[in-house]
Amino acid sequence: MKELTALTIKQVAEILKARQATAVEITEAHFARIGEKDKQVRAYLSLCPERALAQAKKVDAAIAAGEELGPLAGVPIAVKDVIMTRGAHTTCASRILENFIAPYDATAVERLERAGAVVLGKTNCDEFAMGSSTENSAYFPTHNPRDLSRVPGGSSGGSAASVAANLATVALGSDTGGSIRQPSAFCDVVGMMGTYGRVSRYGLVAFASSLDHIGPFGRSVHDVALVLQTIAGRDPLDSTCAVLPVEDYVGGLSGNIRGIRVGVPHEYLQGLNPDIGGNIQKGIDLFSKLGCEIVPISLPHTDYAIACYYIICTAEASANLARYDGVRYGYRSPQHADLRDMYRKSRNQGFGAEVKRRIMLGTYVLSSGYYDAYYLKAQKVRTLIARDFVEAFDDVDVIVTPTSPIPPFKLGEKVDDPLQMYLADIYTVTASLAGIPGISVPCGKTPSEPHLPVGMQILAKHFDEATLLRVADAYEKAGGFEIS
Amino acid sequence: MPFTEKDVRYVADLAHLELTQEEVTKYLPQLDSILQYVEKLNELDTSAVEPMAQVTYPGSQNAALRTDVAHRNLSQDEALANAPEQGAGSFKVPSVIEREE
Repeated sequence: MKELTALTIKQVAEILKARQATAVEITEAHFARIGEKDKQVRAYLSLCPERALAQAKKVDAAIAAGEELGPLAGVPIAVKDVIMTRGAHTTCASRILENFIAPYDATAVERLERAGAVVLGKTNCDEFAMGSSTENSAYFPTHNPRDLSRVPGGSSGGSAASVAANLATVALGSDTGGSIRQPSAFCDVVGMMGTYGRVSRYGLVAFASSLDHIGPFGRSVHDVALVLQTIAGRDPLDSTCAVLPVEDYVGGLSGNIRGIRVGVPHEYLQGLNPDIGGNIQKGIDLFSKLGCEIVPISLPHTDYAIACYYIICTAEASANLARYDGVRYGYRSPQHADLRDMYRKSRNQGFGAEVKRRIMLGTYVLSSGYYDAYYLKAQKVRTLIARDFVEAFDDVDVIVTPTSPIPPFKLGEKVDDPLQMYLADIYTVTASLAGIPGISVPCGKTPSEPHLPVGMQILAKHFDEATLLRVADAYEKAGGFEIS
Repeated sequence: MPFTEKDVRYVADLAHLELTQEEVTKYLPQLDSILQYVEKLNELDTSAVEPMAQVTYPGSQNAALRTDVAHRNLSQDEALANAPEQGAGSFKVPSVIEREE
């Protein structure tokens, strides 16, 4: 039997059914491994063993009683600390929420637990999901399990690392401009953001509301498809959540993608680091072997995406983070002259450097006299970027790109240059702005030493998650993850 | 138009952030370089382009609104549980209005 911490969801179900292990044993095996391995990786900010064991016991009782099990029965899951888990810390990796206890569960968490999943704990991330390396956590950085001297990516670096290091079978993260896809690429796992509105955000702490998503991480496309299928779908508590029915993504993983038209945007490959570009080209060749038609396409406004994204996300963040004022929850500075002084001191002491930088940028682009020049302009450019995709999808079913232009970098290497860090988000922010679904899958290792993970991003039309997952799964089955 | 130290202080004030001099000095070149970078959007003529405030898709219009009926929400105790300071069922804050003697 495989290690209890190295199982896929399907294997967990088989093992439970065959009574080779109990859900409690699987849960305990994970906590034991976390106790040992997470000293180096530091994926988790907090653990919830009582909640996890209570849920595992419920699963075991259901098995003993011969009851029908949920699709995720006994599956250990990690949850990014920007997602609410009732009665447990939800800090957003920020000092300002250090003592915050979530008063309710996010809809995604509730649905996972209803399906039998076992929440192990909360994972580290960049503060309020702002960053691409998890170094902006107010508590400590997370290390990449594939190379501990390097970052796991971000902002959902703890979730990606937990899955990569077998500290959870699957995980939830959030993606605003690439925060699930980029750490998936860095940690060599699968991570997906559904269409904007596919998954309820009730209980996700808001960063940039027109861009925020909750989505899954896993070690296989199948696991990601199953988690997405479980959390997706209408939620009366989130009016931005789509009413469209959820397809059977797992049932659609046929392995057959003959005739699928795969678009390759030349803007994404120009000037690309050859260490990454070579692997992506091999991935494209694999699609060709699988019977896909490779179609060169153009997304002409790509070069404007970073500027557009960082205006919109900071503007929205400055509004969303105005709520942290030391009144209703969160940190309150002990010394203050009056109410206004309390707001200012609480916020300045409670927020970290990147969060303050983004609040100031966002405040500036929305301020009197600058709104039209920055924010309105960015919203118009967003229309152009979204239109690029609509036009491209007239000719293709999916689009294939690198997930990140760079492999995982060393801790501390980029912290002093925020603009350089922002520019590396180029391949992920475009889909966020357009609101289309995207997945990152492993695409071999860089050919030169030290052979770092490369991620391939696949994008599809609005609400065409089924095709996206079928393509990614066929690529995995054909050996795409270990391409060389 | 270069971003100045005065601008940093103005924006921090609008955002209710009390920055130290050290922070002002650190943020100035960073914010300036980012704002210079985003100027590139002006290369595009967007005079005939509608702004996109939200991702929209078929069927999204109002369909997700729930019926207007009361449902269980947080109790007063639950709502106050995370308050830095509370009293008499309320959030306590420093006095806002000065009392006349």
